[in-house]
Amino acid sequence: MQKHLFTYLLHLADNALVLGQRNAEWTGHGPVLEQDIAITNISLDLIGQARHFYQYAAKGFNQMAAEEKTAADQLLPRIWKSYGRELEEDDLAMLRDEHQYRNLLITELPKGDWAFSILRQYFFSVFQFYQYEALQCSTDPDIAAIAEKSIKETAYHVRWSAEWVIRLGDGTNESHQRIRQALSELWMFTGEFFEASPFETSLASTGTGADPAAIKQKWMDAVSVVFSEAGLDIPVAPALQSGGKKGIHTEYMGYLLAEMQFLQRTYPNAQW
Amino acid sequence: MNGQDQYRQEIHSMEKQKIMELLYEVKDPEVPVLSILDLGIVREVKVYTEEDQQKVEISITPTYSGCPAMDVISMDIRLKLIEKGYRHVVIRQQLSPAWTTDWMTEEGKNKLRSYGIAPPNPKQQFCITEMFQEELVNCPRCNSTHTNLISQFGSTACKAMYKCLDCTETFDYFKCH
Repeated sequence: MQKHLFTYLLHLADNALVLGQRNAEWTGHGPVLEQDIAITNISLDLIGQARHFYQYAAKGFNQMAAEEKTAADQLLPRIWKSYGRELEEDDLAMLRDEHQYRNLLITELPKGDWAFSILRQYFFSVFQFYQYEALQCSTDPDIAAIAEKSIKETAYHVRWSAEWVIRLGDGTNESHQRIRQALSELWMFTGEFFEASPFETSLASTGTGADPAAIKQKWMDAVSVVFSEAGLDIPVAPALQSGGKKGIHTEYMGYLLAEMQFLQRTYPNAQW
Repeated sequence: MNGQDQYRQEIHSMEKQKIMELLYEVKDPEVPVLSILDLGIVREVKVYTEEDQQKVEISITPTYSGCPAMDVISMDIRLKLIEKGYRHVVIRQQLSPAWTTDWMTEEGKNKLRSYGIAPPNPKQQFCITEMFQEELVNCPRCNSTHTNLISQFGSTACKAMYKCLDCTETFDYFKCH
């Protein structure tokens, strides 16, 4: 496994894990019980998808030649290096530092109010849906299999979140106000979806990965349809916030990891 | 093929039959009326001899990526086989082709219904991103079609929540997938 592929798998896994962790914060706090259960079920799907990518990344790493392992060194959890055993999925999720995460910034933003979480989920799920659609045809059979499995789950996420965007946008004055507010805060982070990083460009050229720039038009078309139903306008402001794919994160990321990783860092290798 | 090989192959196919019967006793921990064979997650059972030891390899496919029942199911399969003396058991996870509710057996669907869970509709109907689709789901208690979706996600990832407007019971619907 090449370093680019290893990085790409971490990127795909990190997106799913970090958003899964954020959504899980709704456990016990959803506006109504049924929707509390819905968004945490989405968490479960996302964390399951992340596991498949981490498992594949760990397996690929363990089979790398020595010089390839050295090339991937910057992405490896420091604490794991002292364990003296093969790399495992949990090491990648629970022991990497903030700058080693490759997730999109939009996934790590605090959950905000219901409108914010819904709109973020919708933006992300539509992107992820088209990304998996492309990855089903990946020349890498493991990636293709994970994408084929995951897209079925993501189809439900798209449908559920789109319906909620419309419900809030076309609902009461307050719900409309709230989702407009969420839109003004979230829009600037949507550009990062389509901005290809060097590892994505390299893998897209070999047919292993998906070219994110090629997803932009489909994403825009899908969002426009839902927005017109919801009575929302696509903002004209540029969407310039990025950095996650390079490991440069928002101030919120460290807190998220501190909470998520606490147990494995305090009680190394704990199982429960 | 010489006589010994043929003999061995017959033993293997008899063993495979026995293992299938044992797998029928392994239940989905979340829906204990369904065996894992009803659910359609067992993709392959291989029995072979290696270094004079009989080995068993079972491939299963997850229903949902994050379904916590999968780890329990793997463990239950292993325990069931060890209990019956199969010592060398490998359980493999296979992702592709991805599991679909179309693989659920008719017997499984009937069991679900009598357990109070509406069985999945055929997949082609509703596994799409189209919004606000009204899916026709029969109430598993009174068989009425006069039902309403309460939530697309229910008590587990594989179920949605419905309410019957005739008998007023709420019930789970095993989503098509």
